[in-house]
Amino acid sequence: MIRAHGGRLINRMAEEAQRQALLDEAANLPALVVNRRELSDVGMIANGAMSPLEGFMTQEEYSSVLERRRLPLGVAWTLPVTLSVKDEKIARTHPPFRAALKDKAGHILGVMDVSDIFRFDKKKEAEAVLLTNDDAHPGVKYLQGIGDTYAGGRITLLEGIVEDDRFANYMLDPKECRVLFKAKGWERVVAFQTRNPIHRAHEYLQKCALEAVDGLLIHPVMGETKSDDIPADVRLQCYVAMMNHYFPKDRVALSILPAAMRYAGPREAIFHAIVRQNYGCTHFIVGRDHAGVGSYYGTYDAQRIFDDFEPGELAITPIFFDHAFYCKKCHGMASHKTCAHDKSERVFLSGTKVREILQSGEELPVEFSRREVAHILEQHYSQQVDGS
Amino acid sequence: MNDKVTIKIPRRLYAKIQQLITDSGFNSATDFIVYVLRDVLSEKPDDSSSEFSAEELKALKQKLRNLGYLD
Repeated sequence: MIRAHGGRLINRMAEEAQRQALLDEAANLPALVVNRRELSDVGMIANGAMSPLEGFMTQEEYSSVLERRRLPLGVAWTLPVTLSVKDEKIARTHPPFRAALKDKAGHILGVMDVSDIFRFDKKKEAEAVLLTNDDAHPGVKYLQGIGDTYAGGRITLLEGIVEDDRFANYMLDPKECRVLFKAKGWERVVAFQTRNPIHRAHEYLQKCALEAVDGLLIHPVMGETKSDDIPADVRLQCYVAMMNHYFPKDRVALSILPAAMRYAGPREAIFHAIVRQNYGCTHFIVGRDHAGVGSYYGTYDAQRIFDDFEPGELAITPIFFDHAFYCKKCHGMASHKTCAHDKSERVFLSGTKVREILQSGEELPVEFSRREVAHILEQHYSQQVDGS
Repeated sequence: MNDKVTIKIPRRLYAKIQQLITDSGFNSATDFIVYVLRDVLSEKPDDSSSEFSAEELKALKQKLRNLGYLD
């Protein structure tokens, strides 16, 4: 089994015997309230998905990641994983101290041993991580909406985070995935990341990759996404439909990644690969403009960034794919690499075009989307029209 | 208590490492050495299933079965 990033799968879940005492203690501690992105991060740090992180980043870790794309001891890491301080009193408190981690409703999630409180430069972070300071970028918007102080330190979580009960049955943590792969006898597993419904182009990439390995993990992001992305519950229905009708059950697993999207393009591609390594995957599909938004990143930047890391810095192997489409002359799916025919023979729809078709009540072409998936999307859009 | 210790290595080896890390992304020879040692120490396969007790493993496999992941 592939090793976890940094060498050891982190577990920051409280032991059963420790839980009640921690809960009692947390009730009397100053509270650090987490927003939705931070809630996702808390869960992923605690279950090992973000190994080797054991908590939110200290200033030393944060600066190292911004400047070198590595943690202070040289381990590759590209995204800041930070907790913004919302309470002025806590922002002025000198560490070390212990705080309770709470969600917005006031529920105690766990505790954090705060070892650092530091102010940060939003512009600098945006330019380093998102490669832009444009207000229209969702990551820049996020930074503008939080305070200017971060708290760093190790966390201990009382119970696993399940943001939405409807997805609970599809949420395997890294240990569970590793046990699953072992039980299935999959030594080489490719992960596919998505925040969209699976259309035929995605299915093609997944099946091409699966031809070369033992198993495929469809690992959609179900944490915070953009408001114009297809809602998570609708996407899940699409994934389940694909699993039921087009993928062999003994070779493909579907599980949800509770990560919040940063839309950080190249840096997020490395982050996504590291996280999948922690889930036990040996290969990771990186398509065009991975984790991109708008036109902030070059089409292949998220693939090229892997060249900036020395062999061995990442144990997981990226598999790069180009744009795929249905070719009427080939009578099948293909890509620029494999199709010799003219553009006019190719069926490809942009996201905008797909939305236009669905909003107008028309059907998506079968060359673009499997009928079962198209039907779910058509229903979703017709309900939107009815409700408007 | 300081959680780091000093280890002595031959000066020539140190000089070689300094040469090696130029433009590599490593900040210092120390960072490089720590990284390499961590990697060597983690070479043992990460058999995560062994981190579970037999009881936990059984419960986990049952969970995977109930969810339809395992037959």
